[in-house]
Amino acid sequence: MAQEGNSTRQRDFAGALKHAALAALIAFGLFSLLVGIRTDTGSGGALELTARYEMLAAFVAVAFIGAFLREFLFAGATFDAASYVPAALRGFAARIAPFLGPAFLIVALAVPIIFYDNRYILDLSIQILTYVMLGWGLNIVVGLAGLLDLGYVAFYAVGAYSYALLAQNFDLSFWICLPLAGILAAFWGILLGFPVLRLRGDYLAIVTLAFGEIIRLVLLNWQSLTGGPNGISSIPRPSFFGLPFNSDEGGFAHTFGLEFSPTHRVVFLYYVILVLALITNAVTIRLRRLPIGRAWEALREDEIACRSLGINTTNTKLTAFAIGAMFGGFAGSFFATRQGFISPESFVFQESALVLAIVVLGGMGSQIGVAIAATVMLGGFEFFREFQQYRMVVFGLAMVAIMIWRPRGLISTRVPSVFLTKEKPVDIALAREEGRG
Amino acid sequence: MSAAAPTQDGVPMLAVRGVKTYYGKIIALKGVDLDVHPGEIVALIGANGAGKSTLMMTIFGTPRAREGRILYEGRDITRLPTHEIAKLRIAQAPEGRRIFSRMTVMENLQMGASVADAAHFEEDLARVFRLFPRLKERLHQRGGTLSGGEQQMLAIGRALMSRPRLLLLDEPSLGLAPLLVKQIFSAIRELNERDKLTVFLVEQNAFHALKLAHRGYVMINGQITISGPGRALLKRPEIRAAYLEGSRIEQVQGKR
Repeated sequence: MAQEGNSTRQRDFAGALKHAALAALIAFGLFSLLVGIRTDTGSGGALELTARYEMLAAFVAVAFIGAFLREFLFAGATFDAASYVPAALRGFAARIAPFLGPAFLIVALAVPIIFYDNRYILDLSIQILTYVMLGWGLNIVVGLAGLLDLGYVAFYAVGAYSYALLAQNFDLSFWICLPLAGILAAFWGILLGFPVLRLRGDYLAIVTLAFGEIIRLVLLNWQSLTGGPNGISSIPRPSFFGLPFNSDEGGFAHTFGLEFSPTHRVVFLYYVILVLALITNAVTIRLRRLPIGRAWEALREDEIACRSLGINTTNTKLTAFAIGAMFGGFAGSFFATRQGFISPESFVFQESALVLAIVVLGGMGSQIGVAIAATVMLGGFEFFREFQQYRMVVFGLAMVAIMIWRPRGLISTRVPSVFLTKEKPVDIALAREEGRG
Repeated sequence: MSAAAPTQDGVPMLAVRGVKTYYGKIIALKGVDLDVHPGEIVALIGANGAGKSTLMMTIFGTPRAREGRILYEGRDITRLPTHEIAKLRIAQAPEGRRIFSRMTVMENLQMGASVADAAHFEEDLARVFRLFPRLKERLHQRGGTLSGGEQQMLAIGRALMSRPRLLLLDEPSLGLAPLLVKQIFSAIRELNERDKLTVFLVEQNAFHALKLAHRGYVMINGQITISGPGRALLKRPEIRAAYLEGSRIEQVQGKR
């Protein structure tokens, strides 16, 4: 479509040239130090500088040609990614969209069966699901309630340490610790919520960021309780409702007459996190249809309007923090039982940033978008592990691309939580009559 | 305007007594007294920055009045949190409409019914649709995609969903084409006449507001300077000079 529009338009050669020259100039300024000069540590420990003129020239040339072609051929027409997708494909995409969720679910259920012998894939899948769950949890706070939380990892940490400490000191099983960890994390969520009630946007982000760091530093320095930087090791592994995953009599394998295999536990862990993630999803979807969920979304849109409609914004914010934190806590205790070892190193800001990136890239408030983003990002990290050097470059490029073409995230359409007359137009007056009769 | 102005004896529905509101050190309301009686339409007019919207927001508790009292049906609501005030069946269509732009029209209306009894939901919805049929057509459209006039209808409709006894409207005609202004104002009149809804509105569009209102107040610099029946205010030369353009004055004279 874009081409058709351009053929009629006058191609402005000089203008395109000027535009390209400007782009080349910017590229030169940007890359002259970054690419043009290579720094090495010399023999005496001194810094050695090597000029790389060819490479710099190549970068600038690419920028020049790219900008020229874009300007000349497309004549500044805004690039609309959607228009390059054939209509038939788009129609197909729209048709399969409703089946996307169930399809993912079936794939997720089948992973341990298909990849039973592939420990690497199983571990990666567990990790992805953990982040899907974290993403869905944070989605409540950021996506639905619109409260930018940069310290979400704090609740993950609270959950993990709650489980580790409760299990070690009081010998409680995973299934008892799990809700306790969730409750504790929710409590910390409320604790964070109080001081930030009046904050929004940037200010809220800074305070939550600090909160995340405070929790991490406390864990790091409270040696007597948390073991400080050494962390907590030999955290009890979960059992299959009382049956431990070992080769003894009375173990899981023996009881079910199976040959002992360490994979049993991995598969079990996989299904545990899958179920936990699905619970998070189901609760979120359900809450969105309840007054509290609608209040969250309205709060994201306009806090003042909310208050004038009689919504207690204090409670609304605190419940968002609490419920988001609770799911973070669940994920944290799962993390602890899966790893068997936790230390403050696992709960650095980068984790918060990663989960937030998943939510933002996936499309704030979109459940399936978050799941896709988590899969693509963690899968991508693994895939590019061999190209260590380029990993962050690719990651950055992907971010930029998404922000240009899908500025509201991969899945940006918001599904309304109520339908009154979508399927069959019900006459309101009629509905009222029926209601009375 | 055939209906006689409602009686003004007895307890006013809303009574503002000596209210002073500050933004930090700056005084915005310098002691305002104002009454709204049951069944009335009361208009507050004034220039930009006179403090009209501040009074509207002060009635709703944000910002809080530093001095003075606000009584609703005899009850002191000066110190009540905003969301508690909303539960007393006072509804507000705030300045700038403030609809939830990413939510659908239906969801917006549903949010309006947050404090209302769910049993009346369908009935209230029907009332809003009768008043603004356009909203019914746009039911599943996102609020942000509506036109300015439709957004104003939605803001009023949303406020009505809480079954208010007192409706506060802040500049309902702001940024609307004359035809739409007429439509909005006739809707307000209909609400008042048919449903006996008490309305307090703040307006810059003095001509329409005073024509509609039973009584009017003029605010200058955070103080009420003139008050009286709406039609009478329209005739006063100082008001005509200050708030009505020439063409409008002719219109008024032509109608008399």
